[in-house]
Amino acid sequence: MKVKVLSRNPDDYVRETQYDIQRVPRNYDPSLHPFEVPREYARALNATKLERVFAKPFLASLDGHRDGVHCLAKHRTSLSTLLSGSCDGQVKVWNLTERFVRGNSCSFLWNLLLHGKEEEPLNTILGKTVFTGLDHHQKEGVFATCGQQVDIWDEQRSSPIRSFTWGVDSFSSVRFNPVETELLASCGSDRSVVLYDMRESTPLRKVIMKMRTNTVCWNPMEAYYFTSANEDYNLYTYDMRHLDKPVMVHMDHVSAVLDVDYSPTGREFVSASFDKTIRIFPKNAGHSREVYHTKRMQHVICVKWSSDNKYVLSGSDEMNIRLWKANAAEKLGVLSPRERQATNYNQKLKEKFQYHPQIRRIARHRHLPKNIYHQAKELRVMKAARHRKESNVRKHSKPGTVPLVAEKEKHVVTVVK
Amino acid sequence: MAAPGEAAVDDSHVGTQKRPPARYWQESEIEDKDGNKVQTEETSSEQSVQPKNQQKRKKRKREVEESDGKKMVVSGQEDPFPGPAPIPVNRLQKFKRKEKVKKPRGRKVRLRDMITRSEEASKMAQKQAARFDLLLPEDAGFLEGDEGEDTCTISQQDIADAVDITSGTKYFNLKLSQFGPYHVDYSKTGRHLLLGGRRGHVACIDWPSKELMCEINVMESVNDVKWLHSEDMFAVAQKKWLYIYDSNGIELHCIRKFNDVLRMTFLPYHFLLATASATSFLQYLDVSVGKEVAAFSTKTGRLDVMCQNPHNAIVHLGHHNGTVTLWSPNQKEALVKMLCHQGGVRSVAVDKTGTYMVTSGMDKKLKVYDIRAFKPFKSYFLPAGASCLSLSQRGLLSAATGDVVQVYRDVWSTPVNKPYMAHRTRGAVWGLHFCPFEDVLGIGHGDGFTSILVPGAGEPNFDGLDANPYRSTKQRQEWEVKALLEKIQPELISLNPTDLGEVDQVSFKQRHQERVEALGFDPLEKEKFVPKYKKKGRSSAGGIERRKKQVAHEDQRDEIRKTVEDKMKMEKEQKEREKKKAALFVNKSALDRFKK
Repeated sequence: MKVKVLSRNPDDYVRETQYDIQRVPRNYDPSLHPFEVPREYARALNATKLERVFAKPFLASLDGHRDGVHCLAKHRTSLSTLLSGSCDGQVKVWNLTERFVRGNSCSFLWNLLLHGKEEEPLNTILGKTVFTGLDHHQKEGVFATCGQQVDIWDEQRSSPIRSFTWGVDSFSSVRFNPVETELLASCGSDRSVVLYDMRESTPLRKVIMKMRTNTVCWNPMEAYYFTSANEDYNLYTYDMRHLDKPVMVHMDHVSAVLDVDYSPTGREFVSASFDKTIRIFPKNAGHSREVYHTKRMQHVICVKWSSDNKYVLSGSDEMNIRLWKANAAEKLGVLSPRERQATNYNQKLKEKFQYHPQIRRIARHRHLPKNIYHQAKELRVMKAARHRKESNVRKHSKPGTVPLVAEKEKHVVTVVK
Repeated sequence: MAAPGEAAVDDSHVGTQKRPPARYWQESEIEDKDGNKVQTEETSSEQSVQPKNQQKRKKRKREVEESDGKKMVVSGQEDPFPGPAPIPVNRLQKFKRKEKVKKPRGRKVRLRDMITRSEEASKMAQKQAARFDLLLPEDAGFLEGDEGEDTCTISQQDIADAVDITSGTKYFNLKLSQFGPYHVDYSKTGRHLLLGGRRGHVACIDWPSKELMCEINVMESVNDVKWLHSEDMFAVAQKKWLYIYDSNGIELHCIRKFNDVLRMTFLPYHFLLATASATSFLQYLDVSVGKEVAAFSTKTGRLDVMCQNPHNAIVHLGHHNGTVTLWSPNQKEALVKMLCHQGGVRSVAVDKTGTYMVTSGMDKKLKVYDIRAFKPFKSYFLPAGASCLSLSQRGLLSAATGDVVQVYRDVWSTPVNKPYMAHRTRGAVWGLHFCPFEDVLGIGHGDGFTSILVPGAGEPNFDGLDANPYRSTKQRQEWEVKALLEKIQPELISLNPTDLGEVDQVSFKQRHQERVEALGFDPLEKEKFVPKYKKKGRSSAGGIERRKKQVAHEDQRDEIRKTVEDKMKMEKEQKEREKKKAALFVNKSALDRFKK
């Protein structure tokens, strides 16, 4: 007879010495691993709960300004440098790793020019009117300012090389497109967003909305998308080529949105609002995925997303700049390979089961200050009432007289070429 | 660059080419019939003079030209096995989880994209798992008789002598005649054995090393013994109540709510101990929390026969009227009731993939059912019936009658007419249990315990993260923590374990029901017409009836009109569609406009 009985050599399955790692033979046969879906569901539930447990985004507060922080600027190449300008004209250069001030200067213009290491500015330009916004070209030595009109300056000249006007008496902010580096966008006080091409002599086109836009930010990955932070508590992402309808309306703030900045990946952006919170939105979603607030943080005036995609900086009314984590539950620092594998696995599990009601309920849960929570509820009730009344009017009038207007089209008044 | 190139030409170890590689300018010349040979000789002499780098450049060009056709190697030969290594289809099938989902058509681009992407990832995972299968270290056991020798006539002693010493020690006999017939249970890793004698003797043994972990006498009759999730704790169903002991023999719990327990089974991934009692109660105990999850009065009499389906954690109970009922802790009634035998059911067993259920009854029949479709599959006649059944991990079935144990192979694929192996014990058999991951069958009988060798019974390759017989204490602790974190809630136990992964397509009826519940009334219901009470005698019974009939008649006419309109619209659309189709296929000619 021929016979073979299973006999394993323990030397193949047990480690040799105490200093080795344990041996773990694997067999991926599905019959040895029953209940795949319910076990993964249990793991996803645990992962979501733990994410909420470890969600501690606040890192540090930079103290030092003697008046509210009005603007922030990132250094193009150095991750640890931050410039901030306050309402009383003080400009501070911060070293974020040690969180101290590297330089300190006062200037008459409260805008930020990237100058050298000295305390004195390299160049001072006196303008005829007040400047409200400033942005530098991506590559060339050209910058744009806005005030009564939008001016394009060369670094060596003391008068603008080009000026754009379009019947508006003041512009609040100007931004260069980081990809199509010749394009600019600016926000005017007539509730418009105006697009310019630096090479042409007249502005390209203008979109007029129902309420004024405070700031505009271009998507660093997609050349034709920009997001505008509006006074009517929303943010609008527009496609530059089709300005008649925004690509997305981002609704979640309960007060005017003051500043917006994109993440370097171009997939998300952060917005600062008058309602003392900052929110992080995915670029293609109508609602925020994250909200940061603190009792001590008052109206947030400016916000920046750091260039390594990890941190968000917010400057607020009460003279502090706060450093937050972009992913609230992320572990900072170097992760060991097993840690990285575990985080990736948990991330994928959360994505896989994100639509299950129990998991969605836990993942969505965020604590909000009482006034914001009540305000948001009130806005929801108001919106529902408006919707209900409109549908009643439509139901009781001749079919076709009250047309259905999509939410996105409601906010744009007109596009002017 | 010429110098190193020329040197390389002289000592090429790649392989001498018998023919010079064809050049693009030579191909047209070769086709000429005249002076064919002369031309090639000329070119061959030319080629040796040419520097190597020119050759290389041209070779690269040629590679580029032929890259879309066949892959050429530097030596000029063809790759005899192009593409990735092929995977045998049945191995790939083993790892297949689900059929392809029908993609929604229309404007749902993002959904279609997501489905395609996830299907690709799943296919890749399937292929990788199938490739890894090749690297499994162990092979399954086998027993083949010589020509004319029947495997069932080979005795255990012969097998034990023929195999190596370690395997030979796996055949042993414990003579314990004092404390009655023994129930047997192996732990999930197969390393530890639990023996429970009817007269109260309970012992747990690490059987490969024959080390006795604990041995107690509970001074009461023992109906059943079962390991809990690890070798730390076990449950003993004693005469009155259910007791839980530590592996050192210390009594941890006495659960009085579970009384007259006759049979127990442990659901490992849910941490549930399911017990069947003499008072026809089926109870579930969560051993991680210590709470009774569910208790059902099955009203079917004494529950003697119980087993679990390892694939979906459903409990199968066999009854004296020949039915087998399937239970889950979420429903008060049985999920399924199947009439299996003409007499009482004596034993039930389900295979690990949850496809087949084997039952034996008082009518001396052994039946195999397809439990996914609830259809009878095969039926065998055993001259003496089978009192105990057990299925191994590789599909071997052991059936015990009296004091004889017979092992059958492939009960569901090929029709079986004789057993694979047989063994006679000294007392009547009370419990059978295959050892997981070993080729061993444990038999508890009236004279003690016997462990016999059954080649080909155990799964050769275990998964270290799931049940590892060679795990250390630290590994066991870590595994226990992870298993508790992944514990599945009892609400998820159902006939199909992948229910959570299905799309929840709430039917219109269900949504409507929920809406009615939420609102308190039915918004779609038509208001009943109540005719106005007219004064001065105009509202007689006949008049009211007439008015009601008129309104009902009008409503009916409205409905008919609407349905007829819808029908006409649909027909019109259909005709238009057909016309369009016809218009595409008809050959158009210039004279078409003159046709009617």
